[in-house]
Amino acid sequence: MSVAISFNNIVKKYGEATVIPELSLTIKEGEFFTLLGPSGCGKTTLLRMIAGFNSIEGGEMTFNGRAMNQVAPGKRNIGMVFQSYAIFPHLNVSENIAFGLQTRKLVKQEIAKQVDEILKVVQIEQYRDRMPKNLSGGQQQRVALARAIVIKPDVLLMDEPLSNLDAQLRVDMRNAIKQIQREVGITTVYVTHDQEEAMAVSDRIAVMKGGVIQHVGTPREIYQRPANLFVATFVGRTNIIEAVIARNERGEASVVIGDSYQESIPSLNRIQEAIGAVKLSVRPEEFVLSPDQTGLKGTVVNSMFLGLNTHLTVKLSHGQEVEVITQSELDDVIETGERIYLKILAEKINVFDASGNRNFTGGTG
Amino acid sequence: MMNARMKRFDIWSMITAAIFVGYIVFLALPLFMLLIKSFFDGTTGEFSLAYFTKFFSKAYYMNAVWNSIKVTVSVTILAIVVAGPLAYVMSTIKIKGSTTIRILILISSMSAPFIGAYAWILLLGRSGIITKFLSQVFGIEMPDIYGFSGILLVLTLQLSPLIFMYVSGALKNVDHSLLEAAESMNVTGLRKMWKVLVPLITPTLLAGGLLVFMRAFADFGTPMLIGEGYRTVPVLIFNEFISEVGGDDGFAAAISVIVVLFATTVFLLQKYVANRKSYSMSALNPIEPKKIKGVANIAAHVYVYLFTIVAMMPQVYVAYTSFQKTSGKIFVPGYSLDSYRAAFSKVGDSILNTFLLASITIVIITLSASLIAYVTVKRKGAVANVLDTFTMLPYIVPGSILGIALLVTFNKQPLMLSGTAAILIAAFVIRRLPYTIRSSAAVLHQVSDSIEEAAISLGSSPMRTFFKVTMPMMISGVIAGAIISWISVITELSTSIILYTGSTRTMTVAVYTEVVRGNYGVAAALSTLLTVATVLSLLLFFKLTGKKEVSM
Ligand SMILES: Nc1ncnc2c1ncn2[C@@H]1O[C@H](COP(=O)(O)OP(=O)(O)O)[C@@H](O)[C@H]1O
Ligand SMILES: [Mg+2]
Repeated sequence: MSVAISFNNIVKKYGEATVIPELSLTIKEGEFFTLLGPSGCGKTTLLRMIAGFNSIEGGEMTFNGRAMNQVAPGKRNIGMVFQSYAIFPHLNVSENIAFGLQTRKLVKQEIAKQVDEILKVVQIEQYRDRMPKNLSGGQQQRVALARAIVIKPDVLLMDEPLSNLDAQLRVDMRNAIKQIQREVGITTVYVTHDQEEAMAVSDRIAVMKGGVIQHVGTPREIYQRPANLFVATFVGRTNIIEAVIARNERGEASVVIGDSYQESIPSLNRIQEAIGAVKLSVRPEEFVLSPDQTGLKGTVVNSMFLGLNTHLTVKLSHGQEVEVITQSELDDVIETGERIYLKILAEKINVFDASGNRNFTGGTG
Repeated sequence: MMNARMKRFDIWSMITAAIFVGYIVFLALPLFMLLIKSFFDGTTGEFSLAYFTKFFSKAYYMNAVWNSIKVTVSVTILAIVVAGPLAYVMSTIKIKGSTTIRILILISSMSAPFIGAYAWILLLGRSGIITKFLSQVFGIEMPDIYGFSGILLVLTLQLSPLIFMYVSGALKNVDHSLLEAAESMNVTGLRKMWKVLVPLITPTLLAGGLLVFMRAFADFGTPMLIGEGYRTVPVLIFNEFISEVGGDDGFAAAISVIVVLFATTVFLLQKYVANRKSYSMSALNPIEPKKIKGVANIAAHVYVYLFTIVAMMPQVYVAYTSFQKTSGKIFVPGYSLDSYRAAFSKVGDSILNTFLLASITIVIITLSASLIAYVTVKRKGAVANVLDTFTMLPYIVPGSILGIALLVTFNKQPLMLSGTAAILIAAFVIRRLPYTIRSSAAVLHQVSDSIEEAAISLGSSPMRTFFKVTMPMMISGVIAGAIISWISVITELSTSIILYTGSTRTMTVAVYTEVVRGNYGVAAALSTLLTVATVLSLLLFFKLTGKKEVSM
């Protein structure tokens, strides 16, 4: 039943304003796909184009190769979970869930059976006769999810479904959503602006900015080899450090930070052209404390012990402050004010050109 | 998002079109016909401004205009002066039995104004019981109640409750801290009221004042009964239109056009002023009625009770007389149900007519108001805006004028409706729709679009979505509006008196004719039945909405 969704040069305009210019993307059958990006980047707009609530001003959208541009929302066989849940307040839990089945002309017993099954899947059997106003946020969320998947949709669409829940429940629910999605195996398009949530649930993520997809990949690819500087900074925490690339007589490349620290980056060796100034993305865990007195010199301006890790804010000698995460050691406590030396993990860091648009260390574009 | 769906031709486009046709046929066309009639000579059929020149050149007509303006302006000012402080007192001072008082005030405002007029004649007229009592016991001669003063008394009492309800509502939204802030800056007492409270509730006063103004301006029964020759514009129109001798439809149409233009001007003026002065308020810490002591407390109670008693007096006294024994047309000592018997035998058909017409009207109103509210709230666009304007029109077209407009439009084939129940129903529906639309729309504004999208994404058709999802959510607002509309349909006179014929006579028309004929017993019995129906409907309203107030 599940479908693959494909966009070919899709355009969305509101009046004169183009919100999404020529976007192309393929979402594979059965995968949990997330649209991630800052608020206002067009995630909801794109999702509602899939649902059919937004018109499409150019290009083509297909489900399994079938053009969907002109198909009415009710005929697309989609399940949708809204940010506000949009539970029908005048219907109880099972009536809410049965609503979509009733439009499908099933016999009563069949509807009851399917409602029962789905109530079990989302684990709200005990609330079947409750009215929505007597349910907690998490329970309402489960009703919304059950109502969307009970119709066996070709696609499940979710727009920031967890944003109305408190932090703890958010974590519980995202695990539940992930697990339920795996169980039913429906192609799922999920929208969020929370990168951690996106990493936790997704098979693949599209990072968007200004209506343009910046990077599509698995959570690991996006985190480890971001396509550009925006993706590097938006997904996870990172330090951006200016550096230049130097090559020795054998053509082996290394980054030079400041005037005293140099680290060779073998992955740059294959790049033929001359590279000058670059921007490094060094995640906090990609720094290591240098045991000898070599590397980047700095002063600890803040040290926060968080159990497993200790987070340091270090002021480098050229004035920039960087974040560093180290494993907490039993004896060797790092104090504020201490002078330390840092090295970078050369194989992990990412090297971008000066504009930040190109990743020399790999990553898909 | 809606414009994407708007582009597709769907069932909603057809419904919108149907509503449009309804408004054009039963509102726009009649008003247009009225306009035509006023500019073309009735006998020669040629274009002429004769009606207008006649109106503006004769002192007789200008006098009526002047009378109307005097009555309307005085009533509006007096209603604000009486009811503004009343609302303030009830909102700030604990009054014993205030819930009951609020309900009584509401009931007094819901009766037909001309019943008040005739009740006051019974009380204060030439042979009224209070008049007689005072002159026989104390030798005091009461001033004449007929004419301007009587109209003023009746309409002020009838319409003050509107101001009371508006101002009470506004005071509920004033944060108490605003008053405390003023006090902390040493702005106290009357100065505090004038500097802080009055500006805050001014938009409300303007809105309430407009409503009072329009109703006082359009009221026809009161000056007819208690005016005794004090001619106002609605009386003029009625006489010109109805009277068998010397009446002139064209001339009535011309006066109507002038009245509508005048009302529109006042309406737009009020809107302009109110928009410039409106604040959005919501009180975290609303003003609570406080217990006070001493003279002020007594004065407050006296004021509130006195107003309530005087406001309720007509209905109570009419109900009382309905149980009095009658001999012919006069009341005689003793009690009986004669008047009721007479009412049922003589004008029983009017009772049936009233409830039948009102029921049909309400069914139509409920359905169309919910559809129109939906179209205007959820399907924004040029079409919806025009529709919105249409629904506002009946606010500024007095009932009698709408009646005349319908009559001149539908008095010949193929649209021969005059004399039928249909024309009355059409008039009632058009006049009362705005209220129910508003109360439905108010609820609909709170329903998020995604609820409907959820239904649609689940494969539900537009109609199923409307009736299974949207309608159940807005039903409370629809019913609340429908009940209030029902009450105003059964108590309204100005349209039905123009449109009724022998077989479609309503209770208010019957009361009016019986009063004119001097059959006070039958009139009292019918009025009392109307009051009972009104009170029962209100109780139903309170029960269904869980509220003890009505927004007008
Ligand atoms: N109905 C609309 N009319 C005009 N502009 C809109 C409309 N809906 C969204 N936009 C604009 O489109 C852009 C993308 O919005 P949206 O898709 O809601 O972003 P996101 O969901 O990523 O926060 C924003 O700039 C927003 O202002
Ligand atoms: Mg969004």
